[in-house]
Amino acid sequence: MNTLRSANMPNSLLPIRISDLGLIKGDRAVLGGVNLIIDEPGITVIMGPNGAGKSLLLRSLHGLITPDQGFITLGSLTVADSRNEQAMVFQQPVLLRRTVLQNLAFAAPKIAKTNPQRLIQALESVNLADRAAQPARMLSGGEQQRLSLARALLDEPALLLLDEATASLDPASVLMIESLVKAQSAQGTKVILVSHDQGQARRLADEVVFISAGQVTEQSPADRFFTAPQTPTAKAYLAGEILL
Amino acid sequence: MDALAEAFRLIITLDADLFEILWLSIRVSLSALAISAVIGLPLGTYLAITKFPGRKFCILLLNTLMGMPPVVVGLMVYLLLSRSGPLGWLGLLYTPTAMIIAQAVLITPIIAALSNQVIENLHQEYSDTFYSMGVTGRRAVAAYLVDARYALTTCVLAGFGRAIAEVGAVIIVGGNIDHLTRVMTTAIALETSKGNLTLALGLGAVLLALSLLVNALVIGVREYAAKRQYA
Repeated sequence: MNTLRSANMPNSLLPIRISDLGLIKGDRAVLGGVNLIIDEPGITVIMGPNGAGKSLLLRSLHGLITPDQGFITLGSLTVADSRNEQAMVFQQPVLLRRTVLQNLAFAAPKIAKTNPQRLIQALESVNLADRAAQPARMLSGGEQQRLSLARALLDEPALLLLDEATASLDPASVLMIESLVKAQSAQGTKVILVSHDQGQARRLADEVVFISAGQVTEQSPADRFFTAPQTPTAKAYLAGEILL
Repeated sequence: MDALAEAFRLIITLDADLFEILWLSIRVSLSALAISAVIGLPLGTYLAITKFPGRKFCILLLNTLMGMPPVVVGLMVYLLLSRSGPLGWLGLLYTPTAMIIAQAVLITPIIAALSNQVIENLHQEYSDTFYSMGVTGRRAVAAYLVDARYALTTCVLAGFGRAIAEVGAVIIVGGNIDHLTRVMTTAIALETSKGNLTLALGLGAVLLALSLLVNALVIGVREYAAKRQYA
């Protein structure tokens, strides 16, 4: 995993097959038999109204949630077997109570031991090299999220999941995170991100998966989704209507 | 007032008797603290981050043991170490080692229960990220202990405060023998009963100063951690 990923390298976690995935909370099906195949590299953006089940789907992919029904395979692997090939960036960055550099070293102890220079390079890539010795939790929100992304990318994951990772960040941090995500995707990492931000989805998405009320209602190439959405819900969402 | 002045003189002149008692008190309590920290911190952490049947009962038990009366602890250790007890053959009764054991038994639940609460809060914050990074088992326990270091330091200091001020258990298993097992609290009890208020007050002043120092350390550690967002 520590070798640099290349764009020509086939992604071992594709295709991602989600079959009849169901999740029940209380007496409500928050994911109701989701079927989805993601087989193209690049960036897939999951969109949909609040409470549609976007984050739950992403967390199920990462293994943070065990579904009540259905299954997921990534390439030939199960979610559990693919865990070391995945990385996830959460909406709220959670950093250890240590310095910026120590946060990276903890995430990748082998790299820290054999190639510590790579940690510095990772910090340079998110413009935090000069903050290496600072307590990580004293960074601004945007800086903390940049550090989270650098940490997630250290091991060159085959699949990168981002759950509203740029929500409420400053524009400079959003721009930096987006360009890093694009660069990582260009190197062959499959990126799946949940976003409410239509502008961001238009900038990043190669493919859009639209979820409504726990069901995938549309899966289209990004150009087609934004110009000719297939479902009334997606049309209303893109028109900025409030969906309950 | 005369007694207070005399007590102050004993401290200033580094009175040999007083400092022998003081040194033994600190030695016993620090040794007990070291044992309790080695057992209590990983135990509290393990209970905070591991799910197993009976876990809640274990936490309930720890919280109950936190309030265990020292005399009961003293009695239990006494029965264990007395000549007819299961560990009587070790010949530890009425030695500083017996006092260390009694204090360790007394404060291990305190350190374990307090650290359990600290780590449980941290675990709620870190669990998804640790899962994502594949951090489990011993590595997770070590990481929690390191990251909660300042909060855990205050737990440990609370344990020390309890140990150094404790009298019931050490008087039962130590016997308050002059130049052997006499510590500050047992000496204060004895000297007061003898009417020798000078030494009792001197020891009381030192005990208060120690308590003040421990509390100052707790506040200092908390402030340092908060300033660096490590709390």
